[in-house]
Amino acid sequence: MALDQSFVGRTYPPTAPYEVGREKIREFAEAIGDANPAYTDQEAAKELGHPDVIAPPTFVFAITFKAAGQIVQDPQLGLDYSRVVHGDQKFAYKRPVRAGDRLAVTSTIEAIKSLAGNDILDIRGEVHDESGEHVVTTWIKLVARAAEEG
Amino acid sequence: MAAKIAYDEVEVGTELPAQSFPVTRATLVQYAGASGDFNPIHWNEKFAVEVGLPDVIAHGMFTMAEAIRVVTDWVGDPGAVVEYGVRFTKPVVVPNDDTGALIEVSAKVAAKLDDGQVRVDLTAMSAGQKVLGMSRAVVKLA
Repeated sequence: MALDQSFVGRTYPPTAPYEVGREKIREFAEAIGDANPAYTDQEAAKELGHPDVIAPPTFVFAITFKAAGQIVQDPQLGLDYSRVVHGDQKFAYKRPVRAGDRLAVTSTIEAIKSLAGNDILDIRGEVHDESGEHVVTTWIKLVARAAEEG
Repeated sequence: MAAKIAYDEVEVGTELPAQSFPVTRATLVQYAGASGDFNPIHWNEKFAVEVGLPDVIAHGMFTMAEAIRVVTDWVGDPGAVVEYGVRFTKPVVVPNDDTGALIEVSAKVAAKLDDGQVRVDLTAMSAGQKVLGMSRAVVKLA
């Protein structure tokens, strides 16, 4: 069943701040096998002009995806999450995420489309730091595949 | 930001050094822990097959994280990435053996933009199939 179009444009309340830890960044960089010292060495990060170690570009996804859970699991929207696949992902950075950031995410439903029985949901996440400065905007496209007949 | 590549030194068509990234089941378990994405399609073969996949597949976000390394290694400062977007076109199937799968990434400068920025188009392949589509990054150069 197609999702309710009246949810388009709906913005959810900002999430409680997520504190970005140095060791969490290190763990993530190790998991993707990326030895760039900007992720683990404060001095190296400073030489590049950053106040502290920075996170790899896709690190923030975990935070924004969790925030999108407010929408994905909203019983009123009624998305069948067991049929959902990740379609597209995009990031636009004002500055890199760095250790010590306390990041809050405000999620908005940008579009809902129905295509050949598939529900397509576009969610924008605006990420701000503790001072209210915009850090990064993320877009997640989720596709809920049509249920099989029978 | 402190990019190591100068805007004036690149042209449309400049190729970035290509890289290949191996991925095994162990890689996926480690990434699941680091990212918090414990969806069983990324570690449980029985579950993956039951939902219609050929085998365990890599997290799309893992593939996305590997692909941008071609850009961040080239430019030096990962903080120079201004935009990055992909479409997940095919899954990276990761067999349960010592070899796993290989993600092969190439990239080239597709356009020179204003303000010292360039657009880099990425190609990510695994087992002969394009696993990322519309994969583009905008980077601010020195």
